[in-house]
Amino acid sequence: MAREITYRDALREALREEMYRDERVFLMGEDIGAYGGSYAVTRGFLQEFGPERVRDTPIAELGIVGLGVGAAIGGLRPVVELMTINFSLLAMDQIVNHLAKIYYMFNGQFTAPVVVRTVEGFGQLAATHSQFFENYFAYVPGLRVVAPAVPKDAKGFLKAAVRGNDPVIFIEHSLIYRNRGEVPDGEDFVLPLEGAEVRREGQDVTIVSWLRGYYLALGAAEELARAGIECEVIDLRVLRPLDVETIVRSVQKTNRLVIVEEGWKSFGVGAEIAAAVQERALDYLDAPILRVASVEVPMPYARNLERLVVPNKDRVIEAVREVLYQRLPAPLTR
Amino acid sequence: MTSTVDGQLPGVALPKSELLEMYRLMVLIRRFEEVAAEQYALGKIAGFLHLYIGEEAVAVGAIRAMDPEDHLVTHYRDHGYALALGLDPRRCMAELFGKATGLVGGRGGSMHFADASKHFWGGYAIVAGLLPIAAGLGLASKYLNQRRVAVAIFGDGATNNGAFHEALNFAALWKLPVLFLCENNQYGMGTAVQYASAVREMYRKACAYDIPAEQVDGQDVIAVYEATKRALDHCRSGNGPYFLEALTYRYRGHSMADPETYRSKEEVEEWRRHRDPITRLREQLLTHNVATIEELAALDRAVEEAVAEAVRFADESPDPDPATLTQFVYADPITVS
Repeated sequence: MAREITYRDALREALREEMYRDERVFLMGEDIGAYGGSYAVTRGFLQEFGPERVRDTPIAELGIVGLGVGAAIGGLRPVVELMTINFSLLAMDQIVNHLAKIYYMFNGQFTAPVVVRTVEGFGQLAATHSQFFENYFAYVPGLRVVAPAVPKDAKGFLKAAVRGNDPVIFIEHSLIYRNRGEVPDGEDFVLPLEGAEVRREGQDVTIVSWLRGYYLALGAAEELARAGIECEVIDLRVLRPLDVETIVRSVQKTNRLVIVEEGWKSFGVGAEIAAAVQERALDYLDAPILRVASVEVPMPYARNLERLVVPNKDRVIEAVREVLYQRLPAPLTR
Repeated sequence: MTSTVDGQLPGVALPKSELLEMYRLMVLIRRFEEVAAEQYALGKIAGFLHLYIGEEAVAVGAIRAMDPEDHLVTHYRDHGYALALGLDPRRCMAELFGKATGLVGGRGGSMHFADASKHFWGGYAIVAGLLPIAAGLGLASKYLNQRRVAVAIFGDGATNNGAFHEALNFAALWKLPVLFLCENNQYGMGTAVQYASAVREMYRKACAYDIPAEQVDGQDVIAVYEATKRALDHCRSGNGPYFLEALTYRYRGHSMADPETYRSKEEVEEWRRHRDPITRLREQLLTHNVATIEELAALDRAVEEAVAEAVRFADESPDPDPATLTQFVYADPITVS
C-alpha cells in the first residue's frame, strides 16, 4: 500500500520513524527546535522528542558538523542540519577533511555515520543565499551525496542514511517541499543510497536531472511529447556514487543527451556526467551533449534578472531541439 | 634531604611503580623520536615528521591521569600520545615507515595515529579541527549517560582559530564533559605566540565561555598528572568542560623541514638545560631515593632495546597490499558504476 504525501512530510516521517526506532538518533541544527525548522521539516519535534534529541544550536556550522562527527564516533547517530547549503561552506573543513576521511585515514577502525541535511534553492534571496553546491560534495571520496526529487526517495533515502554506516550529504530543495508523490507504507521502507531511475521512457532524447531540475525535465518532456518528441527522463537521485550505467543505457537507445542542472555550468555535475558518458558511449552519440545550467553570475536579487539566471522549461525544450538538430533558425536580420 | 621508605616523592601520592612508569614512558617517547629523526634522515620515513621532544611530560602526565574509558583526540604531533597510551612502539614505528603493520596500516603516517580499542580517535592535522570533534565525543558521553570524559590535546596555535571558539562555546553551553588541554609550546609552527595571539596566556581564553581554567608547568610530569586528575574529576562530576594550559617547549623544529630561523639556539638550550621534564623527574627520583641510578639505567636500556626492535620490526614489515588501496572509502557496499 502507498499514500500520497508531500516531500516535506516524507522527510518528517523518515526522521520520526528513525527516532522512534533508535534512541541513538538525534537532531542538531540552527532553529530546528523552538522555531520548528526554517522549512518546517522538524516542526513539533522538540515537543515530541525533547531538547536532548532535538538540539537547537548556535549559528556555528563548523561546530555543528564537527560535533556530529564526534558524536558519531562516540556511538550516536546524528542527523545534523545546515540551514541552507550556502552555509555549508563554513563547515567544509569538518566535512571534507574529517567526516569524509575518518574511515579511510584510520584504516577502517571506525566510521563517522553523520547525516548532514541541507537545502538549496532560490527565490529572490540574492547572491549568497541562492547557490547550488552539490558538486563540491560530490567531488569528495568517502561522502555519499543524495539529492532526492520525489517524496518516495526523500523518505527511503533519509531512513537509509540514518541507518547506514557512511557519512551522507542529504540535499533537499526549497522549491519542492510541497510536491506530492506516492510513498510506500511501512516503517521499514528504506532505499539503497545509490542508483539513477528512468522515470519517463522515450526514444528520442535522454534528459538527466535531479531535484528541481527533474521537474523542469519532466515538464519539458510533456510539452515536447505534444510535438511528437519522446524524451527519456532520468532522475539522477544520487550524485555520489554516480550511476553512469543507467545514463549510458539510455543514451545507447536515444543517442542524445541533455543535462539539466541549477548550478553554474563550468566544473559542475553536468560536466562530470558528460565526461563519463562520452568515455563509455561516444560511438552512440549523434549530437554533442548539452547542459542547461545557471548563467555564470552571482545571483541577482531583481525578479526579472533572477529568472534569466536559472534554468527553466523553455531552455530545456530549446536544448532538446538543439540535440535533435531541430532548432528553429535565427530570424534573418536586415 | 627528605627521603621516604616506601618509594614515594614527598607530597606526591603516586606509588613508585607509577613514577617509574612515567619516567620510562617519557624516555621511550624521547628515544623513539630521536631514532625516528635518524630514520627520516636515512629516508626510511618521509613526509611530515613533527617531533614532540621536550613536551613529553604533557602527554605522559595527562594520559596517565585518564581512565581507560575516556576518549582522546589530539593534534598531529601525536607520537607521544600513542606511546603514553601504551601502544606498541613497533606498530608506531611501522606507521612512520608506511608499513602494513602500522597503527593505521600505513594510511595515516606520522600525523594520523589512532587506536579505537584505546578510544584514541586519532591525530588530526588541520589545526583546531579536532576540537569540535572532541565536543561531539563529550556530547555522546553525556547523551549515553556514560562517565567518560573527552580529552582534546591541541597547541597554542589552535586557540586563535574559529573552530576552537565554536567548540568551547558548545561545550560550555551544553555542559559537556570535555577536557581542553592546550599545549602551549610558545610557537605556532614558526610564529611566536606573541605574534599570533592577542592574549599570551591561553587559559584566559576559556573565561570568555565561563569554563574554569588554569595553567600548569608542562615540564613537570607530576604537576600535569595532578592537574589533569582534578580537571577530569570536574568534568566527570557533571560540571561541564575544563581548560588546562600546559606550558611547554619543543626542542626540535616544527617538522623535519624547519630551518628554525625564528628562535635562538640559546633559547632552546635554556629549556633543554634547565627545564627538561625527563631530567627533572630523574633528579627527583634520585634525590628522594625513590629509585637508584641502576634502576633508571635498566629502564633506559629497556627503552633503547624496544626502540631498536621497533625499527627492526618496521623495516622488516611488508608494504601495504596494493589490493587494499580502495578499501575503507565506504563502509556500506556500492554496486553502481
